[in-house]
Amino acid sequence: MYDLIGLAAGVCFILALKGLSHPKTARRGNLIGALGATIATLVVFAYNAPLNNLGWIIGAIAVGSLIGVPAARKVQMTQMPQLVALFNGVGGGAAALVAIVEYLALGDGASTAVVIFTVFTVVVGCVSFSGSIITFLKLQELMTTRPVVFPGGRFVIAATLAAVLGVSGWVVVELGTTPLLILAALSLLFGVLFVLPVGGADVPIVISLLNAFTGLTVAASGYVLDSTLLIIAGTLVGASGTILTRLMADAMGRSLFGTLFGAFTAKPQDASAAGEERPVRSGSPDDVAILLNYARRVVIVPGFGLAVAQAQHTVRELADLMISKGIDVAYGIHPVAGRMPGHMNVLLAEANVPYDQLAEMDEVNPTFGQTDVAIVIGANDVVNPAAQTTPGCPIYGMPILEVSNAANVIFLKRSMRPGFAGIENELLYDPKTMLLFGDAKASLTKVVSALKAL
Amino acid sequence: MDAMAIVSIFVLAVFVGFEVVSKVSSTLHTPLMSGANAIHGVILVGAIIVADHSKTTLELSLSVVAIILATINMIGGFVVTDRMLEMFKGNKKGADK
Repeated sequence: MYDLIGLAAGVCFILALKGLSHPKTARRGNLIGALGATIATLVVFAYNAPLNNLGWIIGAIAVGSLIGVPAARKVQMTQMPQLVALFNGVGGGAAALVAIVEYLALGDGASTAVVIFTVFTVVVGCVSFSGSIITFLKLQELMTTRPVVFPGGRFVIAATLAAVLGVSGWVVVELGTTPLLILAALSLLFGVLFVLPVGGADVPIVISLLNAFTGLTVAASGYVLDSTLLIIAGTLVGASGTILTRLMADAMGRSLFGTLFGAFTAKPQDASAAGEERPVRSGSPDDVAILLNYARRVVIVPGFGLAVAQAQHTVRELADLMISKGIDVAYGIHPVAGRMPGHMNVLLAEANVPYDQLAEMDEVNPTFGQTDVAIVIGANDVVNPAAQTTPGCPIYGMPILEVSNAANVIFLKRSMRPGFAGIENELLYDPKTMLLFGDAKASLTKVVSALKAL
Repeated sequence: MDAMAIVSIFVLAVFVGFEVVSKVSSTLHTPLMSGANAIHGVILVGAIIVADHSKTTLELSLSVVAIILATINMIGGFVVTDRMLEMFKGNKKGADK
């Protein structure tokens, strides 16, 4: 009976993933997933009733809810990717802890198969936990977003991996708490080393991969705990997460292999290119307004900087004003504009930008030749021609918005700082480029009032 | 449970997992990842089971931490996914895909 209800929860998860794959059903899909999780949780209470340590269990769930719900409710939409990373990390940590506790409880009674799955859960769960923390720190910009590579780094990583495997073998053969804790510590270290060399632009792919990892640990702990539901749910997430990781890598034009093993191939960064002073053409809001006033077609390319400055509403005001002057306006949305695939669509939807003005990359690229002005707001990497012209640069091969084909390019930037991927953008020095420095919202507000006055 | 049954469940779940997400537009990558992320929060079930088994203080305290973390993962995950998808309300362009 309880197994049947557990199966119902498993079916809910399948329907949830299915629903989440289509825009129309996405929200319902998520709710079905939540329903499945609720069923699963209630069943475990009923099946094992009366639970030992019931007070502790309910208290812990209450504490978790009090932390999780407000975090999810209050987070700025711009900071959502790192929150997802953090949620994923704690899930991995929880799986590792579950495996450790079960191991302590079983003691010598554990079969070899159970020990192997326990080891797997502890290793991958810990990697997922510490790796996700690093991705969080990178996305929150609490640490550098550039790849962190140190001399001999690849040997340190290889040695750590070898140690993880060696200690795993030790745990399986010797059975002991101490080796298992050493294993957990080494795995945490490996997670950190694994993610450090990943460049900022690749972080979403890594989050997705770690998400799949956590799924697999949940499946493995399902074996240890003899829970079919955990096996089903974990495997589903592991499999769909793997596919999703590949889809994301494709959308960004990145090789999955290159992203993952960047640690083994990346060379220490060449700092000589930085610090070079080159002339750029900067303009005033009035210059921008004049340029826009005489344009027939304008493409707005929003990037993460727009979101940071909370300028979605101002940019819509500018677009509406231009449309009222008879100018043809479109938003060119790069698939990975923002921090994750689809992130920018979410942000602009929040500002009530009409969907028919949002053009996807493939749609908008052929039109840049007939575009008078391309306004790039707080974006950099997604319009960087280096992705097409400089083999060997970290974003080479990533599809970009070809704004350099427009007659004029306006960049709204806070400073000359390079983008998230940490690469110099040649387009900034192009003679047809005009830069407008300052906070995106403040700059746009000035442009709007200048354009109104014309 | 016998090994064959487990292998069958595993293999079938892998194929279902592959199949359900194989044709998703890039717009939905982020919500889908977030939703999948919330689903593996079901490790909460595992955490509750080990908390129930716990005999020593060490086991119980580790289980309690596991329950807290798993709850954050699960509940937080579903809430944040819902918030993301709320933004797609009335998405006419998305609906005709």
